[in-house]
Order: sequence, then structure tokens, then C-alpha cells
Amino acid sequence: MKSNRNSFTALITLSLIMLSQLSSSFAETLHEERSLYRDITVTEIGNRRCLLFNVHRGDRNQTCIYTDDLDRLVFDYTRMSFAGLLLAPNPQRILIIGLGGGTLPLAFNDLFPTAEIDVLEIDQAVVNVAEEYFYFEENDQMKVTVEDGRVFIKRAGMRNQKFDYIVLDAFSGDYIPEHMLTEEFLEEVKSIMTDDGVLVANTFSTSRLYDHESVTYQRVFGEFFNFKLPTSGNRIIIAQLDTLPPRGELVTEAQSMAVKLEKFGVPLLEYPRRLSTRVDWDMSRRILTDQFSPGNLLQEN
Amino acid sequence: MTIEMLGARILSPYFGGSLSVWGSIITIFMLALACGYLIGGRLSMNKPNPVTYAMFFIAAAAFSLPIILFADAIMEPIFLWIDDPRYGSLFASIFMYFIPTSILGMISPYSVRLLVETQEHSGQMAGQLFFVSTIGSAAGTLGTSFYFVLWFEVNQILWGSVIALIASGCCVLLVNYLLNGSKSSNRVSAYEKQS
Repeated sequence: MKSNRNSFTALITLSLIMLSQLSSSFAETLHEERSLYRDITVTEIGNRRCLLFNVHRGDRNQTCIYTDDLDRLVFDYTRMSFAGLLLAPNPQRILIIGLGGGTLPLAFNDLFPTAEIDVLEIDQAVVNVAEEYFYFEENDQMKVTVEDGRVFIKRAGMRNQKFDYIVLDAFSGDYIPEHMLTEEFLEEVKSIMTDDGVLVANTFSTSRLYDHESVTYQRVFGEFFNFKLPTSGNRIIIAQLDTLPPRGELVTEAQSMAVKLEKFGVPLLEYPRRLSTRVDWDMSRRILTDQFSPGNLLQEN
Repeated sequence: MTIEMLGARILSPYFGGSLSVWGSIITIFMLALACGYLIGGRLSMNKPNPVTYAMFFIAAAAFSLPIILFADAIMEPIFLWIDDPRYGSLFASIFMYFIPTSILGMISPYSVRLLVETQEHSGQMAGQLFFVSTIGSAAGTLGTSFYFVLWFEVNQILWGSVIALIASGCCVLLVNYLLNGSKSSNRVSAYEKQS
């Protein structure tokens, strides 16, 4: 009888140990919420905490952080968003459209403490989650506005506000804001860029949308840098009002900036050779306009 | 419904794509239809005739034209005047969609009046009418959101709707003319679905 009990206790202990090991290798859900725009989930696996949108539909992670190294950026596309610094090395008026977990604005705030940073996010729930789980915080230099990106930009244009570094990161997730893909929208963005300012747009690298989007950017900005990494499914468009600098200048800039970006894990020195101006899309595709912008339908094909 | 589906697209350059923009559009369409039903029902009391009926289609087409021709001119001052995109989109919806939608709303009750010959059949007639018009709405919604936006520009689709409305009005007039102004209303229900 006693030995029976002993083995029972042992069994329980053993299963408890196994459970605790399981939980360290599987995601623990910290937060789940259905917001106006999406399902939001925050998970944690080991030291990696992630924000996911619409997890039931198999979406990828939006933002992840390492809880033991908050500076280090987890994803290629977040790191790639700093490539614009090769063209505009000292931004002072930064606009970021799409908050996610807030890692990108935090990094910019850290790098350029005197820069004024505006962040736009359409979903209040995302702002709350970024503050609660991803250590995002507004401060005197950095503020979040809960508003549609296009509305903000149109008003900024009327107020004659200018920005020297604009990150457009509103397209991750499975619904595409079609009004922020169009020629008219990009013209509005252009109107709030300083002469030496840069636009960094995190966009689509697959599907028919790639072609449509590329021809639209080309129409508005002329030649732009197409930035892809073999390790990432994202494509970053880097556009400027000026003509693009020669590669030599990018390399020089990378060499002088690389150290500052080291703690974020941004391999800036590798970026210049990845910035390409080669046209690798179908030029005959239709330009996206306010009249024609079926982004969500095009993505599926 | 085609116009309603495009409504959000037309508003989005000024008021964004937030949920409240859809809310504005649906609210205004509902209110406009409600007014339309009331007025259409009222008008049907007063010598109902197919010519007036045809005019509803043509008037709706005419009042849809500003959506195509003056959308920017309507939305821009509203955008400048109202900061909050919720109320901005609400007012823009009123100015652009209220009148054509309420005219379209007049068609249903007026159709009932034209089609119903006996009291016994009135329920059946109304049922058939709602059936046809709702199927038409469903087709307009699906066609627009699945295919038309992929093939055409927004304004091209709107022109298509305007032409369809005018054609419907003309068909009513033609049938009425052919039947010499007598009991001519049997076919009109077929045109109802355009709304």
C-alpha cells in the first residue's frame, strides 16, 4: 500500500517536472483580446515575447522582443527599417505609421533622443498592449496618435508639416488598408517630406500586389531602392525626393553609423549592397489609384 | 448596394478606413431608405402612375452624378471643417448619398402600389417585390466587392449604376407607352432590382 502511494507521488512529481519543461518550450499566452480591427494575442516562449494579430488565421508575428535584451530587434523587417538612415543619417522629425509592439519607435527614440517622433496607430487596443507588454511609453519627444494614417498625413500636409524620416509599416496583418497603397496617397506623403527626407515602406514581396505597388511607387518617386534580404519575406521600399545617392556614399554612411546600431542587432554594413534599383517587376501592371485599388483581392492571386 | 459598397472607398482618402467610416455610410443609407420608404408610400396615394415611377429611377441617377463629378469638392470642405473623421464621414455621407438613396427607397412602396391589384394578393406581391429587390442588393454587393473593383475604376462602376438606373426608367416608360398607358405595371418589378 505504502509503496503504491510512493510511486503515485513519484508519478505526480515526474509529470509536474515534465509539464514545467513543456511550458518553457511552448508558447504561453499572456493576453488575448478582440479589438475593433483584429484579434490580438500576446505570447511568450522562453525569453521571446510576441504580439500576434489574427492568430487563428495563421498570421505571422507582428512584433517580438527578447525580454532579457529589450534593445535587440528580433525581426529582419524591423532592422531593415533602419536602412533609410543610409540616406538620411540624422532625422529630427520622424513619422511612423503603424505601432505594432512599438519596438521601432523606441529604438528611434533611443538613437535620436532630440528627434520628435509621431507614431500613428489606428487601433487603440494595439497602443494599450504595446504599453502593457512591450515596454512602450510615450514621452515628450515621442507621441502616439490613434488615427488613420492617411487622414493624419492629409492634415499634416495642410498644416505644412514636414518629416525627414517616414516609416510606413501599416501593411502587416491580413487586411490591407487599400487607401494607403495609391498614387494619390503617395503624393500626399511626398508633400510632407523634407527635401532630403526619406520614406521607408515595409511592403509586399510576393503576390501580384508586388508589381502593382512597384509601378505605383515608381510613378510617384521615380527610381527607388528596393531592399530585400534572403532571410526575410519582406520587401522594403526606400524612396527620396532627391535622386538616390551612389552606392559609395551608402557604404561610407554605413561605416560611420554601424556602431550606433550594433546594440539593436542591425547589421547596417551588410545593407548597402542589398539596396537595388533593378526593376524586377512587371512594368505593364496598372498603377494603384484611389479609383483602382483592390489590394486585398490582388494579394490572394 | 453597389453605391454603398463603393461609399467607403470614396470616403477613405479623406476620412480613412476606420470602422466608423463604415458606420457612417450604413447609418446614412438606412436613414435615407427609411425616409424614402415613407415618402414613396405617401406619393403612391396620389394618382400612382408608371411615369412618376420611371422618374424615380431617372432622378436617382441624376442625384448620383455628384458622387462621380463632385466627390472631392464635397469632401474637401467637410474635411477642413470637421476634425473628427467620424463626423466628417457622417456629413460627407449625408451630402453625397442621402438624396439618391432616399429616392431609391421610394421605389419599393411605389412598386407595391402599382403592382397590387387586390387586397388578397398584396402580401404576396410585397413578398415577391422584396425578394427581387433584396436579391438585386445581394448581387450588387457581391459583384462590386468581389469583381467590379478588380476590373474597373470606382467611377466607371458608378457610371454603370447610373446608366442602369436610367435604362430601367426608360424601360418602364417604354413598356408603359407600348401598353398605351393601360394596366401596364406587370413588368415593372423586374426593374426594381437595380436599386
